Amino acid sequence: MAVMTMREALNQAMREEMQRDESVFLLGEEVAEYQGAYKVSKGLLEEFGGKRVIDSPITELGFAGLGVGAAMVGLRPVIEFMTFNFSILATDQIINSAAKMRYMSGGQFKIPIVFRGPNGSAFQVSSQHSQALESWYAHFPGLKVVMPSTPADAKGLLKSAIRDDDPVIFMEQERMYGIKGEVPEGEDFLVPLGVADVKREGKDATIIARSMTVPLALKAAEELEKQGVSVEVVDPRTIRPLDIETIINSVKKTNRVVIAEESHAFCGVAAEISAQIMERAFDYLDAPVLRVSGADVPMPYAKNLERLALPDVERIVKAVREVAYLD
Amino acid sequence: MRPRAKTNSPSGSAGVAEREEKDQIDADELREEHEHRKQEQRKHIEEVDNETLLRMLYQMILIRRFEEKAAEAYTLGKIGGFCHLYIGQEAVAVGTLSALRPDDYALTSYRDHGHALVMGISPDEVMAELFGKIGGCSKGKGGSMHLFDADKHFLGGHAIVGGQIPLATGIAFATKYRDTDQVTLCYFGEAAVNQGAFHESLNMAQLWKLPCIYVCENNQYGMGTSLARAMSQSNVAEKACSYDIASEFVDGMDVLAVRAATERAIERARTDYLPSLLEVRTYRFMGHSMSDPGHYRTRAEIERYQERDPIKVFGNSLREKNVLDDAGLKEIEDRVRAEVERAVKFADSSPEPAPEELYTDIYATPIKQ
Repeated sequence: MAVMTMREALNQAMREEMQRDESVFLLGEEVAEYQGAYKVSKGLLEEFGGKRVIDSPITELGFAGLGVGAAMVGLRPVIEFMTFNFSILATDQIINSAAKMRYMSGGQFKIPIVFRGPNGSAFQVSSQHSQALESWYAHFPGLKVVMPSTPADAKGLLKSAIRDDDPVIFMEQERMYGIKGEVPEGEDFLVPLGVADVKREGKDATIIARSMTVPLALKAAEELEKQGVSVEVVDPRTIRPLDIETIINSVKKTNRVVIAEESHAFCGVAAEISAQIMERAFDYLDAPVLRVSGADVPMPYAKNLERLALPDVERIVKAVREVAYLD
Repeated sequence: MRPRAKTNSPSGSAGVAEREEKDQIDADELREEHEHRKQEQRKHIEEVDNETLLRMLYQMILIRRFEEKAAEAYTLGKIGGFCHLYIGQEAVAVGTLSALRPDDYALTSYRDHGHALVMGISPDEVMAELFGKIGGCSKGKGGSMHLFDADKHFLGGHAIVGGQIPLATGIAFATKYRDTDQVTLCYFGEAAVNQGAFHESLNMAQLWKLPCIYVCENNQYGMGTSLARAMSQSNVAEKACSYDIASEFVDGMDVLAVRAATERAIERARTDYLPSLLEVRTYRFMGHSMSDPGHYRTRAEIERYQERDPIKVFGNSLREKNVLDDAGLKEIEDRVRAEVERAVKFADSSPEPAPEELYTDIYATPIKQ
């Protein structure tokens, strides 16, 4: 297995899928000549040319809709949002067109499109450039929502997303592009959508984490192990459809749950997972489910305030100790 | 030559009496225009073969009678939700689509019954869709605003104002990507021109030279708000200049003028991958939807446009040129009546979607949870 960064893994996924299928193209702001605002598309213009790697004007609603139209007639667009913050401008096309076209046409269209880019917090860019939007997109039937936390998952899931016949919201994390990990080799390496991954096994408590909170949860688990608490870390990887079975199995094993997320807690993904656990495994819970979420404030600029707004290892450790009634 | 746009009222709240006065000014110009256009239409007739001319008349009458029946069914409670009628605008869909090849694409807004019928979806399937039945072209899941037929290349039926414009641009992108010479026709009302989606799409279409023909059906009212009250610069065709796109102003009450302008736009699209913007001035005789009381325009204004009824005008032209006689017209009307009656019967007898249909067609590759 090769060791590479998340950025390189994503780049490899796109390169392999573009080599495999002529109908795949990449369109977004600065994806071609600039090589990607975060260098995820580095080298793709050179390899595939301007027909398939296209710099778009800053026109999110327009190019998102263009992608959906192209997908309606069989192309497989990969639409890059420089960040998901800007996807807010494109939500009409993502939600009203991409998510609903198949249903409202009585099943006549496939919409094989991927909307991808960084989601969640970045470094000191304040409120409009630092927010987690997964609960928005996960709300709508018709969309699939994917959030990888390792380079291997990033590659395998992006390849699956590009091959999938439905619209996929593929959410990367700006803070994670540089993290390294082992990635299985070979063009056929795929990670299926809708399958959670137990990132660490344990028996006393479960932390459900996604994207950036997965490495935090793993660190918290190490810390807790020193304190004599065995923690299981479950990464759903796909938010919609959610692999609730894997989550429930873990709950049945540990009976205690903490959900860690960057996004706001209110109406968030953790709230949904908590509700499903309550509905399906109420009798297995030895403590109320706790959430460690982003603060319920727009993201501040100041470094100290930004740190306070985000989940961290310390808060996750504290929450696990709380559900384990250790404090 | 074109009718002068009504002057803008800064308050945006001109009363009916005041509008009546302005209407009178417009009326003279419209009559003059009408006479001029009538002569033009007579000239155009010789450029089109008789079979095509009669097919176009048949299609216009089919839309008219189909929608009259739909209005009736709506009042009987057989059609629910919104039902936006196209009556008065028939020359736009028929004129433009008569110039299209079967492998080209078309998509439009929620006022889509006419386009769907001309693109070849059967009246049975359209009526059944309006009735919310499984035999409808979208299996009863889309309704009046979401008619689709992928095989006939009619790609909807879109109900967010302007939402179809980026989609059409993407379809044109795809046909060019595949090196075909197919074109895409994208219809929208003039109110959609104020949406960002319109401007973003035209910019991309010219930037990347996409074979999309943007057809603005300017019926002069966005729901109950007149063009003058909604658009600071109300000449839609001129907006194409901002994007260096070719544009034309077309009289939408003259089906042959519409066809001729579309042919010119198609030529640009097929040979040079160039987009065009057509501003087709038309008028809807009915309300915005079936629930529209129509307080925002005068009876006199509607009647003046009804004098220029595109079906009547075209029918008269065909008679004058001896393409059509009384017997020929009766034959068309009889055929249409039978088709519309059959459509209602089909829609009545088609079953409702089975309850299981609630959860189908959400994903192409569902992941079982």
